[in-house]
Formats: sequence, C-alpha cells, structure tokens
Amino acid sequence: MIPNPNIPEVSIPSVIQNIPLQHYLILSTLLFVIGIIGVLTRRNAIIIFMSVELMLNAANLLLIAFSSYKSDPSGQVFVFFIMAVAAAEVAVGLAIIVMIYRNTRNTDIGFLNKLKW
Amino acid sequence: MSASLLILIPLLPLIGFLINGIGFKTIPKGAVGIIGTLAVVASFVISVMTFNDFLASGSQPLVVPLFDWISVGDLRIPFSFQIDQLSLLMLMIITGVGSLIHIYSIGYMHHDEGFGKFFAYLNLFLFFMLLLVLGSNYVIMFIGWEGVGLCSYLLIGFWNKNTNYNNAARKAFIMNRVGDLGFLLGIFTIIATFGSVEYTEVFAQASSFSLEDPVIVTICLFLFIGAMGKSAQIPLYTWLPDAMAGPTPVSALIHAATMVTAGIYMVIRSNVLYSLAPSALEIVGVIGGLTAIFAASIGLLQNDIKKVLAYSTVSQLGYMFMGLGAMAYSASMFHVITHAFFKALLFLGAGSVIHAMSDEQDIRNMGGLRKKLPITFITFLIATIAIAGIPPFAGFFSKDEILAHVFEHNKLLWVIGVIGSLMTSFYMFRLLFLTFFGNFRGTHEQEHHLHESPASMTIPLVILAILSAIGGFIGVPEALHGSHHLAEFMSPLYDAAREANPAGFAPTTLSHSEEYLLMGVSVAVALISAVVAYVMYVQKASVPAPDSAEKSGLQRLVYNKYYVDELYDNVFVKSTKTLSNILYSFGEFFIDLFVNAAVRLTSFSAKMLRKTQTGSTGDYVFAMVLGIVAILFWKLLL
Repeated sequence: MIPNPNIPEVSIPSVIQNIPLQHYLILSTLLFVIGIIGVLTRRNAIIIFMSVELMLNAANLLLIAFSSYKSDPSGQVFVFFIMAVAAAEVAVGLAIIVMIYRNTRNTDIGFLNKLKW
Repeated sequence: MSASLLILIPLLPLIGFLINGIGFKTIPKGAVGIIGTLAVVASFVISVMTFNDFLASGSQPLVVPLFDWISVGDLRIPFSFQIDQLSLLMLMIITGVGSLIHIYSIGYMHHDEGFGKFFAYLNLFLFFMLLLVLGSNYVIMFIGWEGVGLCSYLLIGFWNKNTNYNNAARKAFIMNRVGDLGFLLGIFTIIATFGSVEYTEVFAQASSFSLEDPVIVTICLFLFIGAMGKSAQIPLYTWLPDAMAGPTPVSALIHAATMVTAGIYMVIRSNVLYSLAPSALEIVGVIGGLTAIFAASIGLLQNDIKKVLAYSTVSQLGYMFMGLGAMAYSASMFHVITHAFFKALLFLGAGSVIHAMSDEQDIRNMGGLRKKLPITFITFLIATIAIAGIPPFAGFFSKDEILAHVFEHNKLLWVIGVIGSLMTSFYMFRLLFLTFFGNFRGTHEQEHHLHESPASMTIPLVILAILSAIGGFIGVPEALHGSHHLAEFMSPLYDAAREANPAGFAPTTLSHSEEYLLMGVSVAVALISAVVAYVMYVQKASVPAPDSAEKSGLQRLVYNKYYVDELYDNVFVKSTKTLSNILYSFGEFFIDLFVNAAVRLTSFSAKMLRKTQTGSTGDYVFAMVLGIVAILFWKLLL
C-alpha cells in the first residue's frame, strides 16, 4: 500500500489486520459481478431486485473496509445512508412489483414490455 | 367660402359609402339608393355653392389646409385642398354627372342582389375622384388616382361570379398599375427636383427653368405614362373596352365623368411643366392622335353596343390628348366637359336598351327599338349627333376647337383627327341605326318584353340630353360671333405657363375664313359618314354578319381589334408566366431539397432510434450497464 500523505497515519485494529484489504476488494468485486449477472440474466423481477441489493451491499462492504483501514468514520456514515435509501427504494420497488403481480399474476420482466414504441 | 363646407364635398360620398358599406345587409333597398344618391347630390349642391362663392370673391385660387400629413426631413406634404378654376370644373362634372348616374342606377340596378354593395362602391369611387381633383399636391392626387383604380376594379368585377368579368377587372387593375408606376416616378422626380409636391410651390419654381429642360421633359413623360394608363391611351388602352364587364352605370361613370378623364386633368393641372417641355407635348399629341384614329377604326366593326361606346371613349380621349399636345388646354377641358355629357348619355341610353332587351348587348339582335323606347331613342339620337360633331350640339364646338388648334400646330395630326372624326360619325350612326331602326331581330320573348325604362332612368337621360344639346354654348368660338366663356374662365390657370412659354400661348393666326373652312370640313365629313351609314344600315338594311361568317383579311384584322390583345398576351403575359413558372419551379426545387432532406433525415434517425425502445426491461438494464461501464472507462482509464 502506498501511504497517503494527506491522511495521518493511524493504527488499524488487529482483528481487521488479520485479513488483508485485497480480500475485501476481491470479495466485493465478486459480489458486485454476481449482482450484475443476476440483473442481466434473470427474468423474475424479485430476483433482479435481490441482485440489485447484492450490488449495493458489495459497494457497502467496500466502503466499510476502506473506512476501517483508513480509520475514517465518514465511510461508515455513508453506508448508513445507503442502507436507509436502499430500504426506502425496496419498499417502493416491492410495492410496485406486488401491484404488478396482483394485476398480471406474473413478475416476469419479459412479459412487462409495454413501454416500447 | 368656409373650409368646413368644402371638406363636405368629398366627405359626403365617403359617409354614404360607410353607411351603405357597413349596413349592406341590414339597410332596406329603398333607403340604400336614397342615401347613396343624396350623398352625391348634396356634394353637387355644395360644389355649386362653392362655384358661386368663387366667382363672387373674384376668382382667386384658394388652398385650404386641413392638416400636416407627411413631414420627412425637408419634405412637407400637407393634406390640403386647392380650389381653382380647374378643380371647380371637375367638381361640377363629377358630382353633377355622378348624381344623374346615381339616380339612374336606382332604376337600373333595382333587381340586383348586390344593390347596397353597388351604391357603396359608387360612393367610394366618387370620394376618391373628388380627392383626386381637390388635392393641392401630387401626392393627394395620387391617393385619388389609386383609389379610383381600386374602385374601378371593384366595380368592373362587380358581378364577381363570372370569371371573365373578374379577368376584365384584373386587367384594368394591372394595366393601370403599369401607368401608375410612371406617375409615381414622376412624383419622385418632382420631389427630387423641387423638394415639394404642392402645385403652387412646384409651378412657381418650374417657371425659372428654361424651355426644354431635360428634367422637366422627364417629369412630363413620366406623368404622361400615368395618364396613358388611366386615360387608356396607346399602348395601355386595352383594359377600357374590357371594362364593359361592369354594370352599365359604372361604364358611364368611369368613361364619362371620372376616372378616364383623370389623365387629362393631370396634364392640364401640370400645364406649367408641359408648356416648358414642348417635346413631351409633341409625344402627347402624337399618341393622342394615333389612339384617336386607332380606336375609332376598331369601333367601326364592333357589334356589342357597349364595346362600340368603349372604343369611342378611347378615341375621344385621344382627341383630348391631341388638343393637349397642341397646348390647347382649355379646348381639351371643353371636350372633357361636353364628352362627359354625351358619353354619359350614350352609356345610360345603352343601359336603357340593354334593360329593355333583357340583358342583350349584341346590336345584331336589336333593331326597330325606336317606337318601343321613344325617350331612349330621342336622347340617344341627340347624343349621337353631339358626338359626331354636327352643329349646334355640344360635341361640335369642343371637337372643332381641338381640331382648329391641332391644324395650326401640325397639319398631319389634323388629317388624322378628321379621319377619326369621320369614323366616329360612321360608327355612332351605325350603332344608332342598327339599334333603333329597321325591324326587330331579337327573339320573340325579347320583343314581348320590350318596354320603356322607369322614370328614375329616363329623367337623367333627358337632363343629359339637354346638356348634350346646349352644353357647347359655353365655348362658342369667336369666328361664330360668340364668346368663349370657358376659355376666359380658365385663362388664369395658365398665367405661369404663359410667362414661361409665351410662344405657345400666342393668339391664333387662323383667319376667320380658314376657321370656317375647318369647321366646314369636319361637319361635312360627319354628315357624309352619317349618310353613308344611313344608306348602308337603313336603306339597304344590311346587318353585320354573324361571328361564324368568313371575313376578308382586313375586316378580320379590324374585327379582332388588330390582335393587340393577343399580341400583349403573347409578348407580356405568356413570357411573364413562363418566367415566373421557371422561377417558381427553381425556388420550389431548392426549397424542397432542403426541407425534404431535413424531413428524411429526421424520419430516418427516428426509425433507427425507435429500435432501441424495445420495452424489454432486460434491454434497458443492459444498456444502462453498458453506459456505466463506458463512463467508468472514460473516467478511470482515459
């Protein structure tokens, strides 16, 4: 790691030091890619929704990891915000999906193609 | 003389126009005619009062300023009226003959559905004509000039459901525009030269110019082009015979009292300028002479009662210009006055005949109307004698005076004038004999329907007949031991011109015996023609051949009016049409190229772009991911 001169050198908790930062990076990348693949390939709206959540969490994980390694709490504050916004979004999104299901008995996004020219 | 009274002269017809024009649908027929006629009669009464005041106050010209109209830089154009001998004479003719024509129209147009519209137009016409003669500068004259042009368009095309009539109206309008361009150029040149358009100012300054100054000649020629258009001279005369498409009272009004005399009025008004430009006058005289004989020759073979009269008007206007060319301004004005009487009478008489014949205008289908229409016949006879120039009726004095002046000025033109007079007498008596003598040649229905016109039509005829008979006595030549009241009255008009070009106003060098000889020649010529016409059309009872009959070459040429219309059609109309078609398709091509290209481009890209709108969520998400990847690449790697 290249020390950043702008950030003061602070100690990293030993528990966290046991796992190097690269592992977190790789894990969150994997989670993100799984999320993307899920969004792109699955047709069930609910599963796509879950994949989106996965991507959000991958991002959250990265934020927390960096925040811990840098001992900078602002990253963790961001994560709270993201979780709050994601929760709100899920509430709205799920409500929409439920309504669609009630009307069409279906949540297949291939079926929901009315928004075309 | 109060100014407010003077303003009423043109204002009353305008008010009449507004009332009849705006209330066209609601005002009852009876009221329309009364309002329209009263407006003109009242202006006639005021004109007479003004005339008397003018004489009583010592015949001093008077300019009545109304308001400042245009002032740009050094140029000041006031809106003001000028009262002098010339405008008073014109006022009397316009409102006087105009009143009679209005009264006549009440009877003539009674069954027409556009009765109110007709009176509104007639009033408007008179308003503009009065403005034309009353204005104290060339610009107001131009307003009136354009106004009568507009009204002639409206009136000629009055029966606007007929395409031919509309075409005639358009022809009149466009030909007049050609002349008006000349008039406008003349006005601009006047402004450039004198810095003013007020008559008094312009003429005062013009007096200091030398004879034949090129600028003055140019102005005179430009103005004369305007006069050519309005007064139907070669080459701009072809609209006038076509103008017969309008109702007959309109023909009478346009031909006798108003519009076509505007050109003469303008030249007399500008007598100072013209006197300074003898070469321009020479052209005026030659054009007038040519028109006089040319139109008269066409009149010889026409078979439409109104067309004969139309060519006769063109020819008589030619005489007036011939007189102007010889600097006989008063003689031309004299002819304007007498012509107004007998030509109005002829047209109204023709209208009465057409009325009786149920809209038949071809003299080949008439004949023998003498007994059925006695008043019309007698008045028509008087008018015919007057126009043929047989003494002592009006036409003799005025035409003879013009011819005497022309003889003094240019012998060749005099010969042309006498030949024209021979033709005039012949075609007029031919018209008279074919219409009123012999046996009836129309259909049985028409014969049954024949009747004398109502009093509203015959009374104007009688009044005009009296005027045609005695009107000439306002200008009896000295050779006949009379006194020329008109020339004396108009004499102050030429004071400035007389000073500028004394030679032109020298007293006549003709001895009395020479004058008698000239009179004798023209009277003899007229009488001989009348007798020839009598022998041909009454004794031998020959009737012009129907249109389908074969004609000899010359006859065909004359009958078809020398193919001038066809010539104009080929030279001007067709070429203009071709050119405009080319320009049109050219412009069309380029504009279409750009517009259509833009349209195609837009629709093509729309077609392409809409393919992306599949409606499938998966596609949208994929596009979004691709977009994010692209942005990341761009931000992080580039």
